[in-house]
Amino acid sequence: MPPIPGIDLPGVHPFRAPADCAAIRAGAEVARHPVVVGGGLLGLEAARGIAAQGRPVKVVHLMDRLMERQLDAGAAAMLAPAIAEQGVEVLLERRTAEIVGDGAVRALRFADGEELPADLVVVSIGITPQIDLARDMGLLCGRGIKVDDRLRTSAPDVWAVGECAEHDHVVYGLVAPILEQARTAAAAMLREDAAYRGSVMSAKLKVAGIDLVAIGEPAGDVEALATDGAGGVYRKLSVRDGRAVGAILLGDARGAEALLAAVQAAESIDDPLAHLASAATAGPGDLPDDAQVCNCNGVCKGDLVAAVENDGCGTPREVMARTRAGTGCGSCKPLVIDIVALATGGLSDEPAYLCPCRKQTRDALARQIREAGLHSVSEVADACGTGRECGACKPALAYLVSEVNANLHREERHARFINDRVHANIQNDGTFSVVPRIHGGVVSPDQLRRIADAAEKYGARMVKLTGGQRIDLLGVRKEDLPAIWRDLDMPSGHAYAKAVRTVKTCVGRDFCRFGIGDSIGLGIEMEREWEGLYTPHKVKSAVSGCPRNCAEATVKDIGVVAVDGGWQVRVGGAAGATVREGDILATVPTRAEALRISTAFLQYYRENADYKERTYDFVPRIGLDAIREAVLGTESAAVLIERFRLAKAAVADPWLERDEPYHPRQFTDLDAERELVGPPAGGAR
Amino acid sequence: MIRACRIEDVPPGEGRALTVAGRRIALFRAETGWYALDHVCPHAGGPLADGILADCRVICPLHERSYDLASGAALSGGAGVAAHGVQVRGDDVYVEVSPA
Repeated sequence: MPPIPGIDLPGVHPFRAPADCAAIRAGAEVARHPVVVGGGLLGLEAARGIAAQGRPVKVVHLMDRLMERQLDAGAAAMLAPAIAEQGVEVLLERRTAEIVGDGAVRALRFADGEELPADLVVVSIGITPQIDLARDMGLLCGRGIKVDDRLRTSAPDVWAVGECAEHDHVVYGLVAPILEQARTAAAAMLREDAAYRGSVMSAKLKVAGIDLVAIGEPAGDVEALATDGAGGVYRKLSVRDGRAVGAILLGDARGAEALLAAVQAAESIDDPLAHLASAATAGPGDLPDDAQVCNCNGVCKGDLVAAVENDGCGTPREVMARTRAGTGCGSCKPLVIDIVALATGGLSDEPAYLCPCRKQTRDALARQIREAGLHSVSEVADACGTGRECGACKPALAYLVSEVNANLHREERHARFINDRVHANIQNDGTFSVVPRIHGGVVSPDQLRRIADAAEKYGARMVKLTGGQRIDLLGVRKEDLPAIWRDLDMPSGHAYAKAVRTVKTCVGRDFCRFGIGDSIGLGIEMEREWEGLYTPHKVKSAVSGCPRNCAEATVKDIGVVAVDGGWQVRVGGAAGATVREGDILATVPTRAEALRISTAFLQYYRENADYKERTYDFVPRIGLDAIREAVLGTESAAVLIERFRLAKAAVADPWLERDEPYHPRQFTDLDAERELVGPPAGGAR
Repeated sequence: MIRACRIEDVPPGEGRALTVAGRRIALFRAETGWYALDHVCPHAGGPLADGILADCRVICPLHERSYDLASGAALSGGAGVAAHGVQVRGDDVYVEVSPA
């Protein structure tokens, strides 16, 4: 932290580590006068984060314009109103001389004596390398530890990279240059031929609603400029000595990768204006192979194409897993997806975008919902247009809003598939199927009688035993659903939903002469614990009482098998269109632990899978190691289970809507017409 | 023009079916206004009134064929459906069925 008097007062935070973010977030909930010191990239992102919690926030900046290292005066002047629109007030040319307070921060005092009330202060005014040790050792130091083009310090066999190193009078504070330095240093240590010539800085403001990319130098001796003041667009390409040295793209960041590539290659530019214009319309196909797509991990377009052509990757997910592109800040994911689609010939059909119309990924939307505190699909649509155009992503959005808000969202049924509006599965003739919950597949004679009576009374066309040990009443009319649920007097089996479906069991040790575990007991317990929770895709489970595995737990999303001395928990199994043996998550000694890690996995899946991504795709995509770390780690599992409990506490049996419908016509059309539509001869498809 | 229902009979963002002049019609209350199409999806007989609405289209619940709300044009291949006139007067919604 910089040596400002009062910097150690409670309520003053740096903006570096996750713990800082947590402290700022907690402080922002109660602060009346939050202030960010520093109007650079990070300061603005911090301010936007605080403003997103509904707090008007002030940014205090020393210089006469925002982000002066990256922006020229014109771009900074256009950024200011865009930032103001986000609820951030900017105070320029204020030198913070002191942070004042008695026990806790109360105000900022500027060099001219003016005071600004402040009860939460975030300090984001750059970094000062801690080089005392290096200096004491006698290494040559300037602002940082001096290194040469091979990243060697002034002492033999001592290298330095990153925020402590000063190369050619520059100390880099971004991740991409550090990775480049590390690569050169590693090569130099191996005595390979390598030289570091400095990095082109490229910064992207990660604030929802503002597109801003700044590349290289903010000015040149020749500049091509395209602006649209009303539209808030400012695009500039800077050229020096006939070569590209920098670009600023505000309000319209198209072509950022192509321009970055041009600046990095110091490309010779004859007609800067034409170059700037053509960059705007450049598609992923126009990018050169050495255009850097992922700045966090230094991945170029050619690396992505090679992953497809040489390594057999077929989907953006596989390419991201292999190259690590898109796994840092995530802002390049849309471009990665486009390039992979191009390289695969568009054969990739995975739902990597939650909203293809607006090119929004699940991660980006979840972040926006969380940061802006959005509670409904309509609020998300108002915020970023997602869900408006084709409507296909509305159910995915409805799930995401519910998951992020731990089911305390505002439910909007128009965003749900018909099955989730009426809590039954639509059939090919427009009627519905009704599957009551039968925990663990164990049913009483009394329940069987009620099911039989209901089937006759409401004219079910067929009564069918399902693969998940349930009873399915097929051919029930929509308007009869509330009445049949009342007669059944059993909770919903969620057979129509992307939700926790069934826990199938074998009879286990209570009856079976081979049984070594109480599979029925655990199966019923699991199902009661998870019942009512919605999930990215359906979750089918099973518990077997011995390794003969009569409940087929090895091919379930979550499968538990009693083994000698404990319980084996498997995840990611399938026996549908895909057949996949579930991976062993862990083998644990007690039934309680088996339930606990299964629950932690369920919640991890709920929070991280793409919509319509079954566990058999999710588990291999994430990798068992990462899943184990999250689900088996004592602390991380406790956090997952805490969030699981919050989500579970807010669910109710949807079939109770028989008495409290969300709308008087939830289950009825506008007249008494009961004529059914029907499939054409020969069936559909 | 035949009176179909009151405004509050259709939940916002949803559709409901009714029979007008012997024809099964799906009436939609979208964010962009009221629309009416034939209820039966020409692909496989799906009930369009049970579909998901976007700004200007409805997605059939059976196989996700989609249709333009205003014109009934098929947006994902296949045949389109007939579109009908809708007028809101006060709290009442009226439908004028296009000739078959």
